[in-house]
Amino acid sequence: MSRLIGVINLDHELDQLKELTYFRCGAAVPFASRYRLIDFTLSNMMHAGVHDIALFIRRKYRSLLDHLGEGRPWDLDRRRGGLFILPPDWNDPTDASRGDLQHVHNNLDFFHRSSGQTIIHAGTQHVNKVDIEDVYRYHQEKNADVTLVYKPIDQLESEHDPCARLEIDENGRVTGIHQEQDHHNIYLEMFVMDKDLYLDQVKHCIAHQDNHFFRDAIQKNPSGLRIYAYRYEGYHAVINSIESYYKNSMKLLDQQQYQALFQNQPVHTKIKYEAPTRYTHSAEVDHSLVANGCTIGGKVENSILFRGVRVEEGARVSNSIIMQKCVIRKGAVVENVVLDKDVQLSPDRTLIGDIRVPYVIAKNSVI
Amino acid sequence: MRKKEVVAMLLAGGQGKRLKGLTRTLAKPAVFFGGTYRIIDFPLSNCTHSGIDTVGVLTQYEPLVLHSYIGVGSDWDLDRLDGGVFVLPPHEKEDGNNWYRGTADAIYRNLHFLDQYDPEHVLILSGDHIYKMDYSRMLHYHKEKEADCTISVINVTIQEAKRFGILNADDDLKIYDFEEKPEQPKSTLASMGIYLFKWEVLRRYLLESASDSESSHDFGKDIIPLLLQHGRSLYAYPFAGYWKDVGTIQSLWESNMDLLVQDPPLDLNDPFWRIYTRSPNQPAQYITQRAILKNSIVNEGCMVDGEVRHSVLFYGVEVGEGSVITDSVIMPNVKIGRNVRIHRAIVNENIVIEDNAFIGPEDSSDEIILFDQESQLHARI
Repeated sequence: MSRLIGVINLDHELDQLKELTYFRCGAAVPFASRYRLIDFTLSNMMHAGVHDIALFIRRKYRSLLDHLGEGRPWDLDRRRGGLFILPPDWNDPTDASRGDLQHVHNNLDFFHRSSGQTIIHAGTQHVNKVDIEDVYRYHQEKNADVTLVYKPIDQLESEHDPCARLEIDENGRVTGIHQEQDHHNIYLEMFVMDKDLYLDQVKHCIAHQDNHFFRDAIQKNPSGLRIYAYRYEGYHAVINSIESYYKNSMKLLDQQQYQALFQNQPVHTKIKYEAPTRYTHSAEVDHSLVANGCTIGGKVENSILFRGVRVEEGARVSNSIIMQKCVIRKGAVVENVVLDKDVQLSPDRTLIGDIRVPYVIAKNSVI
Repeated sequence: MRKKEVVAMLLAGGQGKRLKGLTRTLAKPAVFFGGTYRIIDFPLSNCTHSGIDTVGVLTQYEPLVLHSYIGVGSDWDLDRLDGGVFVLPPHEKEDGNNWYRGTADAIYRNLHFLDQYDPEHVLILSGDHIYKMDYSRMLHYHKEKEADCTISVINVTIQEAKRFGILNADDDLKIYDFEEKPEQPKSTLASMGIYLFKWEVLRRYLLESASDSESSHDFGKDIIPLLLQHGRSLYAYPFAGYWKDVGTIQSLWESNMDLLVQDPPLDLNDPFWRIYTRSPNQPAQYITQRAILKNSIVNEGCMVDGEVRHSVLFYGVEVGEGSVITDSVIMPNVKIGRNVRIHRAIVNENIVIEDNAFIGPEDSSDEIILFDQESQLHARI
């Protein structure tokens, strides 16, 4: 459905994943054994046939650019359109735009040139499998100005605290947007809006010295927009802290959660050419997710191993997340730990974190 | 078009009859190997790593899978503006006949392809061997010897020798005798089916062989003996690494099993010599609490709830609770039910195995069973 234009806006995503976001933005954080958080958003858009995607980035985007390339894994390497990675670039001294509105204002050409007529706007902190085509259909059915995607959450957790909530009437119309923490309708930071209306609202916000599109144009709704809510029931995880990252990663070890995230349609990511994983005679692995390129001779339990990890004979990894190319040498013990890429754990070292607050080791460390 | 120093021609038209059901609908070079690869990934990746950026792939038998698999060659970095990978199926000409009559004929019928690059040397490869080889070293050797033709050779046992082209060379490795699949092999230097020719020389002999109605238009049977007869300079290039002709169910199985030893002779994890392949894009493998995995290779997209010992699992394989897989190769997307036993077998792709089934050789036979669509039909009767 090439009528849709994707906008992925990383402006309001805070890099609060401690060591994992010291040198990369949240969107580039590795997740679920072989992906980066942005893969889920891109794959959802890809499956809805979105050919034009603007990505608004501001800081720490080197690893994100490396990951995305020209967008081939998401079928975005197009002759016309495709993936537009748009870092900030301001040369116009008369430009009065502020905040995330700057991105739109400075890239109006992208919007004008795209043949798409409807904006699908999303972030990367809410990992989900939203069927965007279905949201679009709902948006049209309701003849809405804006359609917000939400999920009712039974069990609210601390990562939901910063999320916006939706008050919805019986017709599905949004009557209020707030952050009252005991309210269950969590907004997924995903909305659909007509392109012309979107650009009008952006212009209006800039003229009023606003700096936050969602808050100033939608939440406060000064123009009286018809805002509707689309109810989503599938897989959903909010990743906005180390605790939520660890907790939601570990939840994927539950078979139903794993299937909810990966069944039906594939999630695409940068192509690597790792060999399949090798289990040696001494391997003991249970209840784990393992990516390709690993060599496992030790014990691995309740853990998530990214690509190219080596666990030597006599080593033990439990309740941990081990990122790309880490090496756990003989006799080393790792428990409740998140090891970023390329960490080497020397023989017989022991690293034990707390099950609620895992120990995070920065990229490239040798311990 | 820029003149190329070397252009590779990959012979990928073979049916691979001895692989039985595995090649019913695909050519032998497209047969799966090693948990994620297809055989053709090896020569293609070797070309890329050897700096050969122009490769013609000659197809004939069941080309659909092979053609769509190769695509524009981007997975092997062969989507080049000047060069790249070209799929070359047989085509009709003015004289009508359109099937490749033999390996040499296949090259002869693509003279135009080669002429447009006007290469100094042409490297002939086949698509049915598993090995990692730096062709640029062979090229260096070929130029140093000023050879008209250099044949890559490997030492085999005298029993195996009958299956290969066997050559005899002097101390300087100059070849003086070549026999295709001899009954009584005189040496154990086997041709690996990798020939490096001076294009100018090969071109002349291809033309000559093409007009000879007696010829079988084959490199081993016709071209090489003819070159020797005419006193051309042919050299043997000794190769010492892992090399396996995976022409039979048995050898395909063996070659997969060779990956399971400690420090395997074929290192698939070498970051400087990756074997590129088309990524199936599957989620990480899911290993349950009950699973047991020993001495095995498992790809992404697998869900293992049973026991896997000394086996190779391709992507998308599911192993149900209580099932035990030993000494076997399970091709992509096979769904294995509960309490299934699979022993010394190759299970073809996309097959569903019902609960409590047994797949393996009768009693103590050391035969390797191929379980495919056909054997499934028999099983139901």
